[in-house]
Formats: sequence, C-alpha cells, structure tokens
Amino acid sequence: MLNIECPWCGPCPEAEFRCGGESHVVRPGPHDSVSDEEWANYLYFRDNSMGIEHERWCHTRGCKQWFNIARCTVTHKIMSTYPMGEPKPLFEGLD
Amino acid sequence: MQGFVGDTLASALLANGVSVVGRSFKFHRPRGIVAAGLEEPNAIVQVGEGDQAIPNLKATGVELYDGLVAKSVSAWPSLRFDLLSLNSLFGRFLPAGFYYKTFKWPDWHLFEPLIRKAAGLGRAPTKPDCDVYDKRSATCDVCVVGGGPAGLSAALAAAQAGQKVLICETDASWGGSLLNCPSDVRGKDGLKWLQAITNDLAQNPNVQMLNRTMAFGFYDHNFLGLLECLTDHLPPNARIGPRQRMWKVRAERVILATGAIERPMVFPNNDRPGVMLASAGLTYALRYGVAPGQAIVIATNNDQAYRQTEALAKLGVRIVAILDARAKPPAWCLKRAEAAGIPVLNGVAPTNTKGRQRLKSIEVHQIDEKGVALPGTRSVYACDCLLTSSGWSPVVHLHSQSGGKLRFDETVQAFLPSKSVQEASCVGAAAGLFGLDQAIESGERLGASDVAPTSGAIVPLWQIDTSGLRGKAWLDMQNDVTTSDVKLAIRENFRSVEHVKRYTTLGMASDQGKTSNVNGIGVMHEALDVPLQKVGTTKFRPPYDPVTIGALAGRRIGENLHALREMAADQQHHALGGQMEDYGGWLRPACYPRNGENEDQAIAREVLATRNSLGLFEASPLGKIEVYGPDAAEFLDRVYVNTMKTLKPGRCRYGIMLSEHGIVHDDGVLACMADDHFLVGTTSGHAATIADELQEWLQCEWPDLDVVTEDVTTGWSVMNVNGPQARAVLEKLDTDIDLSADAFPFMNFRAGSIEGVPCRIQRVSFSGELSYEVSVPWAFGSSLFDRLIDAGREFDITPFGIESLMAMRIEKGFLHVGSDTDGMTMPQDIGFGRILEKKTADFIGRRSTMQPEGTKRERRHFVGLEVADGGPPLPIGAHIKGLQDKPPGRSQGFVTSSVQSPTLGRPVALGLVDRGRDRIGEEVQVWDLGRTRKARVSKPGAFDPQGARQDG
Repeated sequence: MLNIECPWCGPCPEAEFRCGGESHVVRPGPHDSVSDEEWANYLYFRDNSMGIEHERWCHTRGCKQWFNIARCTVTHKIMSTYPMGEPKPLFEGLD
Repeated sequence: MQGFVGDTLASALLANGVSVVGRSFKFHRPRGIVAAGLEEPNAIVQVGEGDQAIPNLKATGVELYDGLVAKSVSAWPSLRFDLLSLNSLFGRFLPAGFYYKTFKWPDWHLFEPLIRKAAGLGRAPTKPDCDVYDKRSATCDVCVVGGGPAGLSAALAAAQAGQKVLICETDASWGGSLLNCPSDVRGKDGLKWLQAITNDLAQNPNVQMLNRTMAFGFYDHNFLGLLECLTDHLPPNARIGPRQRMWKVRAERVILATGAIERPMVFPNNDRPGVMLASAGLTYALRYGVAPGQAIVIATNNDQAYRQTEALAKLGVRIVAILDARAKPPAWCLKRAEAAGIPVLNGVAPTNTKGRQRLKSIEVHQIDEKGVALPGTRSVYACDCLLTSSGWSPVVHLHSQSGGKLRFDETVQAFLPSKSVQEASCVGAAAGLFGLDQAIESGERLGASDVAPTSGAIVPLWQIDTSGLRGKAWLDMQNDVTTSDVKLAIRENFRSVEHVKRYTTLGMASDQGKTSNVNGIGVMHEALDVPLQKVGTTKFRPPYDPVTIGALAGRRIGENLHALREMAADQQHHALGGQMEDYGGWLRPACYPRNGENEDQAIAREVLATRNSLGLFEASPLGKIEVYGPDAAEFLDRVYVNTMKTLKPGRCRYGIMLSEHGIVHDDGVLACMADDHFLVGTTSGHAATIADELQEWLQCEWPDLDVVTEDVTTGWSVMNVNGPQARAVLEKLDTDIDLSADAFPFMNFRAGSIEGVPCRIQRVSFSGELSYEVSVPWAFGSSLFDRLIDAGREFDITPFGIESLMAMRIEKGFLHVGSDTDGMTMPQDIGFGRILEKKTADFIGRRSTMQPEGTKRERRHFVGLEVADGGPPLPIGAHIKGLQDKPPGRSQGFVTSSVQSPTLGRPVALGLVDRGRDRIGEEVQVWDLGRTRKARVSKPGAFDPQGARQDG
C-alpha cells in the first residue's frame, strides 16, 4: 500500500485516496471544432510509461482535495506531489 | 498420544513413532516429516474440529496443546490404508502436464470431481467460522522480521540508538537457530547470550516484541502484513479474545532477518519416510529431545552437521556414518567426527532407499565431482533415518516481494538479496551470512548489503546423477514433481522458470517450493546449460505462508461487511411492517405487506391508495448537493445536458448528466434557490459519487470557476406526499409557504418553515401524482413522518415503499437511470435529441455524443412495450426481435422495466429497442429463455400521458 503525502494532511495510506489517472491531459474544445480523432485520443489514449508517471489523486477520505503525483511505475517511489495546475516537475536522468 | 510443553505437532508425532504423516499429492506415496519449520512439504494437517477447524497447516508450525485434534489432509479415506496408493503402480503414466494432455476428451469436467477428490489438500470447514479476528495498524522506525541471533541483535542496536522498534518472530520462542542448534556466541554460551538479549529488549521501552507473529507480506512503501496468532496454541476451552490479529505496519526501515532454509539431496526414492533435512533432524534431537531415528546416516556436502556431532553423541543419538559428497572435507570436520566416533565416507552420496512405511536401508555410490554416481561402487547401509543437506537457501521471499533483486552467489551456491528497492536490508543467514558471529555483526550494523559471505563455501550438488539406476528423484514432495518431470518439460521446450513451474507444478501449493525451488532451478541450469543467475527464480508473492481468510477479513464480516444506512423514520418503517431491503446501501422498505399480503398484493394496494387519495414515501436517500457561488449556474450548465443558466429562482428543472464518454450517467431535479445558489438532486445510490465528481471537475478542469459544492444528502430528510390529497394534508400542517396551485405550481421550489422547523419543498413527481417533496433537517424527519401519518388519517394516508414507487413510474413511463439505460445509452436515445440540438454550449460528454457511434441511425431507443396477448408482465431482460426474425438470433434490444400495473389492470413495460422511436405501433417478438411472446412498441407512458394529475 502506497504511502502518499497529501499536501494538506501529510502522509496517509493509499486506501484513503482515489487515483484519477494520468494528469496533464488537456481537454480539447470547443466541442464543435474538435476532430473525432482528437477527441478519441483525449478519451482513450494514455502514456502508461515505464518510469515517471504523472497522475492526479484525490484524498477522498480526508480533505477531498485533488493534487498531482509524480510516481515511478517501476519502483512505485513517489518523486513529488504538487498542486493541480502546476507544470510537470522534471527529474534529470529519469524521464 | 502424549507430548511436552513446547512440542510442535510434528515433534510429538515423531516422538510417538509416527513415520507416515500423509500421502503424496499425485502418486499417494507414503510421506514422512521432512522439515522442522514452515518449509515442511509433507506434514500438512487440518487442526481443530467443526467451525474451529483450520485446514492446510504445517504440523511443524502447530504448537501442541491439550486435546489437539489433527487430521492428515492428503489421505483419503485413511492415512495408513490408502485406496489411492494404486496410483503409484501407474506412476510412469503420470508425467508432467499429464492432466493437460489426457483429460481433454470428452470433457475435463467429467474427470474433474474425481481428480479433485484424489488431489485435495484439506477440507474447507462447512460451518461459519466462530472465531473473532482483529486488525491493528502500527508505525515504527525499524521493523525487524525474524527473532534469531541476527534479528535480535538488529533490534537491540536500533533500540539503543533511540529508534522505535517492532520485532516479530513466527515461532513461540525467541532465538531462531540458537534454539535449534545451540552454539557459542563470541566464545560464550549461546543460550545465555539469548537470555540476556531478550531481557534487554523486553525492558527497552522503544521495543515492541511480537512472537507467534509471521510477516507474510512486504508491500509498497515499507508496508508489512503480519499475522499474530493469539490463541491458536491454547486448548479451545482456554481461548479468550480474538484468535488471530493482523498487523498492518508502516516502517521507516525494515530489517529482514528471516534466516535460511536447508536444501534436501535429490536422488532416487528420496521421499521415503525417514529421509529428512539434516537441520530438521538436529532440531528435533537438540531442541525437542526427540531422536529422529535409532540408526541415523547423515549425507551432506557442507560443514554444518559436523558442528553438532558432539551434542548428538551426548544425547545418545546413534549416527551410523556421515556420507560427505566432497572428495576432501575440511580437517576440522573429520576431527570432530572422529572425536564422536562417527565414520566419515568421502566422495559418496545416497542413490536409493528401501523400506515400505519407513526407511530400512540406503544404497550409496561413489560420485565424481559433477555428482554422477559411479557404477560398480554400490554399498548398502541399514538405517531408519537419513539426514540430508545440499546447502542452504536464504529466505529471500520478503526481500523479493518488496521489489528487491537477487543475485546467485557462487561461493555459497545460493540466491542472495542484492539491491533493495525500498528502505530495507537483509541481515544474517537471510543475507547469506551463515556464520553465527558474522550474522550477529550484520544485525548490529542493521544491514549487510556490502558484506560478502566468507564462510559456508560449498560445491553445487543439485541432484545426484544416477542415470541407468531405477527410481524417481523427488524435487517437490508436496506436488510430486521429480527431476524427470523438469527434464521432460525442458525437452518439450518450456524454457522459462515460470513456465516450467506451471507445467510441472514445481513449487506450487501451500509450501510454494520452499525446499524444492532452488534444487529445481539447479536441475534446469544443468539441463539447459545456462548459469543459475540466468535461469532465475519464479516471482515471490505474498503470503509467505497461508493466512486465514478470517484474519484478512477481520471485523468486516456479516452485516459489518457492508453496513447499511438507516433512514430518518427507520423505526416507523419497521413498526409499519415494512419489508426492509438494501437499495444502494440504504435500508429501505420495498413495500409494507399487511395481513398476509404478498409483495405484489401490497404494491397494488399501495399504488391504488396513492392514486386514489394519498400516499407517503420517505425519500431521504435522494442525493442533495448544494452548489453555491457566482459561477454556480455556469458550472451546472457545463455539467448537465439541459440548459441550467436560464433557471430562475424558485424554479426546478429535470436534468441528465453524462459521463465524458457521452453515456447517460445520472439524473435528478435541480432547484434554483437564488441566482448563485442551487440544490442539485441526484439518484439515491449515486449521491456521494456525483458529489466527488463535481469536485473533480471543479478542482482539476475548471479551477477558474468560483463555486463551492457541499453534499447535504444526510443533512436533510425528505418526506414525499403523493396523490390527489397531497396538498390537503400539507395544508393541515403549520407552514408559512403558500401551497395553492397558483402560488406554488408544478416544478417549483419553496423554502420556509413547517411545524416550526426549516423546510425546503419541491413540487416534483416520480409517481405522476400531485406530489410534494418536503425536506426538513434530518433529526426532524421522524416527527414529520408521524405528523403526516396523523394529519393524513382522514384521507386514508398509506405509506408506500420503493417498489410501489417503481410500479407507478413504470406506469408513467418515467426513466430510471441504470434500469432503463445501460453502458451504451446516450441522451439522444432517451428523447433528449431536441435539447442537444438547441443547446449551443459545451457540457460533459457532449463531444462524445457527436462521434460516429452517436450519430448513426441504428441506435437503441427508450420506448414503451404493450402486451397484446393478455398474458402476465414481460420478463425483464427478455430480448426484442422483429416479427419475421427467427429467435434467438441477434437481439434488437430488451425489456428494461416491467410490472403488472395496478392502476390499468394490465402489464406495462419499458425497454431499449433498436430504432424504437421509428417503430412505434410495430408488433415485435419478445424472446426469453426459449419462449416467445408478442408485444407492441409504444411511446413510454401508459398512464396519464398528458401529465394532468401531477400538474393539479
């Protein structure tokens, strides 16, 4: 079980959180100028990379706040947590 | 049978002369005790009786208590006289993959019951488990797994450095190898050292010591699962409190001092009862005072056994000879043996065994440096016990579970932990440091990552090559896997160690190959001629040893598994005879049967009473989310298919919400309380989910919107009065809200007070009748229910349940999301096409409804279905077919809701039908489980289609 550092509540067990999947996925719009392919990419296609993955998580059984996590999918090490809306942090030599 | 305090079931069985403890899995050969720890493959027992029974325990891990009842799990119908031993005569017909290859024709299921019976390991208890199991969470600076010399040293070192320490040990006693084979520690008596260090730890306030506690899993981020056995070692009538406790431990650092497991020698008929691991034989003699045999031969390729010769001689245990596979054993070994008067034979190994229920003699051959038995060198030894050792394998299970890597060490011929991925390190024998002083030193340093083994060097002996001699050589005794099975698998081109495991079953089942895997990998390495490192190990997965389901479930059993929520007037529903059931996590009345009514009769009565006069329904679980802020209307406009920006204060609007995939997700009524304040209604089972989703959109996608949301579902209870007298009954109550039809029309919202408490009333209707949903703060719901029953007496007010409400909404053709929609349903399928066209703004899921899938003509529409044949209601889920189609064939949709309408006196139904809206009036076939009926596609809404009643 991951130990996740909530920016507001501190480290808490994974069971208190919900994973919302990959973060920084841009929602294309407006709807009437988006191609079918572009929309399908937004809905269904994710990086699923081996290495650093950026995900959004919500502390659903705590403060109910969403935030971002940079997590290594090989070791499950959480490299950093950062607020929604902030750019992806860079990790030299890892990405 | 009799035993002593401190005995295990295994030591007691040995002491009582029991040699056969089970029958083997496939061939039903008699098997004896092999080990003294949890690595035991043969002595698998079911302990306890009735609802206290636990199957598949290792006799070596079961502490003896007064009145213990145990049964061998692999002996049907009885241990000594075993019907299935016939199988062994057919042994050569049961090679690896036999089941895959043979039982395919005509149908595996034909053979399965018999094979399962023959192969079974234990019986699941038939009664519910009567024991209580606990769970506890803990944190610590250092968690030490294993209470042997290295673990104890690590715990003390950490505690003395001021760290908070938790140390656990599977055994009842602390000491590990020191208990099994007493040795000197740093020149002093080992048991005295043990006494001193356990005292120091027990008195240190930084230390928590858990004995009888197995660490079974090492999960992410230094999270460990421990199983503490609290009362298993006591007689059943002395057990007080929980039987077992599961610990969930988060440690800053984990020290694995899990020791090592000895490897048996692999040679023909090495599974005879009486053949044992050398360490097990020594443990039974030195720790439990049980001689494993009267005439013992030790076969080894390492020094370990020589250390104890003196102690064994003192106990009067007779050792016939030591067979050393090495051409030149070290001089000190020979000296020790000589001192104890034991003859040593160099460069020899056992090559066969004789004896039926028990070992009687062994055959021995000279072997060359590659382990090949040399023809013409055979000799025979009479003995009733053979102790074998071909080296040691560190217990790397937890290290490996945690993601740690392994490397094969040529010096000690074992897989050793190398890189840790988490904050963990291995010490002592678990790190390949088999020398006692080196193990303790590594413990004190809290790690041994940079320490290479300097002692315990051996030459490999994965099997004794006896080509040309008869008899199978067993690798895995629990699953009856032999060296020839592994070689066959390789000949059939199974190359990966994982594939060989699945094909041969090597290392499967409850011992997971603790005594067999590494030998098996050695045999693969020889057959494939690739290095052991490259063959690698199979993946280690938790649990280390089986854990009872009870301990994993803890207190979350029975009604605690899924605790139901009670409504505000819960007591009244029970008192009125409500048939209480689980609806989306709420305990709600389905209906209130009276005087022996069945469910259908009760529903019919409740529906008619409501339609004719007045019904009362508690709707408290309805989702209620307040949305507040300057951008509230804009936000809701982006969430709902319907335009919400134009909603005026005091007005309500029905809305549907889509998932981003364009699928109908939820619906409900939204009320505008003020320009910047809305009350969003959701379906009862969905309230919490929708509240979370609204927040996800606000926080992640639209952080620029100035809106707050709050789920107030359980803040307000809702009493819903329905029927022609709904207004009349409310007017009898004390309220400041003008209830007249002109002042408070349909689809309006008012806030005020009722009977002296705040209230919110919505004129909305799911029954199709004149209806008011009256919300009051939760605590007042119960008394409002009573007041309404009281005031409604003159109108014959009838409480009705959710099934009656469902009957009414099906009569009305009102959609129920989840019943009348599925994972493909889009808004255009349920009559929202015009609204989609009219609305210009974007909203969640809109773009998906415009994908080719959404715009194609062949979509499934929500329609009504009329039964023309005078029969009973259509079965829900029955498939729709064209009149000309030959069923079953391709489905053109299905019945989604169906009921015998009390109001109309005939069945009514709703369904999803391909192009249904274009087929109104068409007669179709309705096919269910081979029976076909006829129905006519209609517009939804069989009763009061104009909606005159709800507008009243």
